Amino acid sequence: MSSQERSADTEAAVQSTQEDRMQGADDRFNSKLREAFGSSPFILTKFDQFMNWVRGSSMFMLQFGIACCSIEMMATYAIKHDLDRFGAGIPRASPRQADVIIVPGTIVSKFAPRMKRVYDQMPEPKFVVSMGSCTISGGPFQKGYNVVKGAEEVIPCDIHVPGCPPRPEALIYGVAKLQERIANGESSPVTVKPYELKQFGDLEQDELVDHLAQDIDEETLVMRYNWADSP
Amino acid sequence: MSLEDPQDQRGAQDRELVGVTEEGVDYDALEDLLGEKVIGRESHVNAEAFVIRPDEVQDTLFALRDEAGFDHCSCLTAQEYEDRYESIYHLKKYDDPTQEVGVVVPTSKRAPRSQTAEPVYRTADWHEREAYDLIGIDYDEHPDLRRILLPETWQGHPMGMDYNQDQPQVVTFESHTNPLAEDHKGEESDTMFINIGPHHPATHGVLHLKTVLDGEQVADVKPDIGYLHRCEEQMAQQGKYRKEIMPYPDRWDYSSAGILNEWAYARAAEDLADIDVPEYAQVVRTMSAELSRMAGHMLAVGTFALDVYGDFTAIFQYAFRDREKILNLLEDLTGQRLMFNYLRLGGLAWDLPEPREEYFDTVRDFLDELPQNVEEYHDLISSNEIFQIRCVDTGVLEPDVAKSYGATGPVARGSGIDYDLRRDDPYGYYPELDWDVITEDGCDNYARVLCRLQEVEQSARIIEQCVDLLEDWPEEDREIQSNVPRTLRPDEDAEIYRAVEAAKGELGIYIRSDGTDKPARFKIRSPCFSNLQTLPELSEGEYIPDLVASLGSLDIILGEVDR
Ligand code: SF4
Repeated sequence: MSSQERSADTEAAVQSTQEDRMQGADDRFNSKLREAFGSSPFILTKFDQFMNWVRGSSMFMLQFGIACCSIEMMATYAIKHDLDRFGAGIPRASPRQADVIIVPGTIVSKFAPRMKRVYDQMPEPKFVVSMGSCTISGGPFQKGYNVVKGAEEVIPCDIHVPGCPPRPEALIYGVAKLQERIANGESSPVTVKPYELKQFGDLEQDELVDHLAQDIDEETLVMRYNWADSP
Repeated sequence: MSLEDPQDQRGAQDRELVGVTEEGVDYDALEDLLGEKVIGRESHVNAEAFVIRPDEVQDTLFALRDEAGFDHCSCLTAQEYEDRYESIYHLKKYDDPTQEVGVVVPTSKRAPRSQTAEPVYRTADWHEREAYDLIGIDYDEHPDLRRILLPETWQGHPMGMDYNQDQPQVVTFESHTNPLAEDHKGEESDTMFINIGPHHPATHGVLHLKTVLDGEQVADVKPDIGYLHRCEEQMAQQGKYRKEIMPYPDRWDYSSAGILNEWAYARAAEDLADIDVPEYAQVVRTMSAELSRMAGHMLAVGTFALDVYGDFTAIFQYAFRDREKILNLLEDLTGQRLMFNYLRLGGLAWDLPEPREEYFDTVRDFLDELPQNVEEYHDLISSNEIFQIRCVDTGVLEPDVAKSYGATGPVARGSGIDYDLRRDDPYGYYPELDWDVITEDGCDNYARVLCRLQEVEQSARIIEQCVDLLEDWPEEDREIQSNVPRTLRPDEDAEIYRAVEAAKGELGIYIRSDGTDKPARFKIRSPCFSNLQTLPELSEGEYIPDLVASLGSLDIILGEVDR
């Protein structure tokens, strides 16, 4: 191909583009969005707002099952309910890749520290949907000697979905609500509630603590399950 | 059964077994067999029980196993009385589970020590650890007597009588440091320690496997359970028989197998309090229970495929598609998708939904499509070459090993053990219907999955017959509930152990009544608990992907393992 021809080609192309421009905007630019924003094809927004919208529109869930509620959670991911439709349906196996954790089930004393660790491993910003009565208050097992009275004893929750178990529709509603809140830039402050690590010295010096104190170094951190003080 | 003497075992079967008569077990002959060892005799509702001294447990159980053929230690119940501790071994036979006997071992209040039964029945290992953990009985010579359900640092034994639930439990932070922080390499060898779980996609919930790897091979695996110990037994002991206990069984095996679990409680309580169930209600129970079983097996197959192929798309979704149909049927019937709470003592909560014809039509539509769907599973799963490579001859469980661990359900039937309580210890409407017990001789992961798939078809057969029966049932005979007193107070000191065939195997309930309207002791024998114990047998020496496949094929539900 000679250089002559090519320049002719280019010229023609430039011309036709110019013509198009003269005739007003290309159809391709006439999107719904453009209509909504008026004549200017630009959207001005704050970067934070934009990021919030992005976050809310595509959420990676942690694949995290605890108890009966996780069966309904799986049903929510699976066909018929298909949480993916709402931009929130990719279960990630590793907490390091996830930004939402759905807590689906009863939390017991042995599991609570492990769940805290999983939560800690998730990168910021992170969100928590607590699913089912068990994660609200201990649910049907509230009186159990071994049951933590709600997820909020361990990690902060953004949305509670009540039910035993909540129907998939309810969970979808909860997740959609969470997305809405994230898009609006609202979410619960990340603070760790009562179930936090305490200095050993903070504990009341009751008999048991005295007994244990002999074996534990003063500097040691302890976790404490005190059922009596739980709501 | 210890593993060294399969010879003896076989010998015992050829020999004339002591205490077997036409009508069942001859307890006097058994008492003669045990001779001096028996220091008392109790009558439980299900069987007679012999009281023995705590240092003669092994001798007694060996005699009962080898001379009288009680090869299935179905359950161990421990409990505390005002004046003593007690362990009860519930023994059965795999050949005929209606032949039962109890062995009661009382121990003193001050020093509750009793000899371990672990050399006789391997399954006693975990059962005794649980008894130690929750009640506080020490088992002498036990190979590994640690807490099993509660954290190691727990203070006290919560099912004991003097436990104070309000005392704070203190756990040092060290006990929860990252177990992988250090390099666990052995000095000499190149083994490596890894934790699988408690949060891991392949553990089906919150199970923790402490695994030692030698290269790609599993050198040692120790399941660590208790991450979902929700105090189910305590909950049941705080509820009244009539209505307050029934919601809990749904939450034991929560893979939609709720009605089967409810039936376990219903059967035990009905036999204890001598309540009849109308025939019509039995048919509805049978039908709904089989729907539950199908949903449970679908979930098992779907998640197993997820484990083996790691694919969230095809088979898993197929299984969930079919499950949704079953859940719709159950929802129409019971009003809930998962926690049905449909059975009542002496009957049902309510009758079939109106219009009945429409309901029968939906059930029939589902059943008509089923063979085609099952064919699809066979195309996708069982005839798939990759699947076969993963599953055939991996995770082998020999029948006598399975028996000594007390394995039941599809796990036992996949090892060729012909044991199904629906047929062998009949209840409900099963004896009237025409269906088969599925067994497979493969003993491997593949056989267990095939078993489940075929059981789905058998369940469909049962449901079909139930629908036919229900359709023709005369309107005036549709009795769903028998007369049950408003407050149920079974006789004082009545004890019963009764089991049904749940989705995962023999689900047994032990209830002791103290004359009040709440049970004094409520013990759940969970099939998954015993089945999970076989995992080290299945996977030691195998490759690590096979460990995952074996775990999937055991189909455990942690809610039922930990209760
Ligand atoms: S809320 Fe109900 S369904 Fe959910 S985990 Fe708790 S008991 Fe199970």
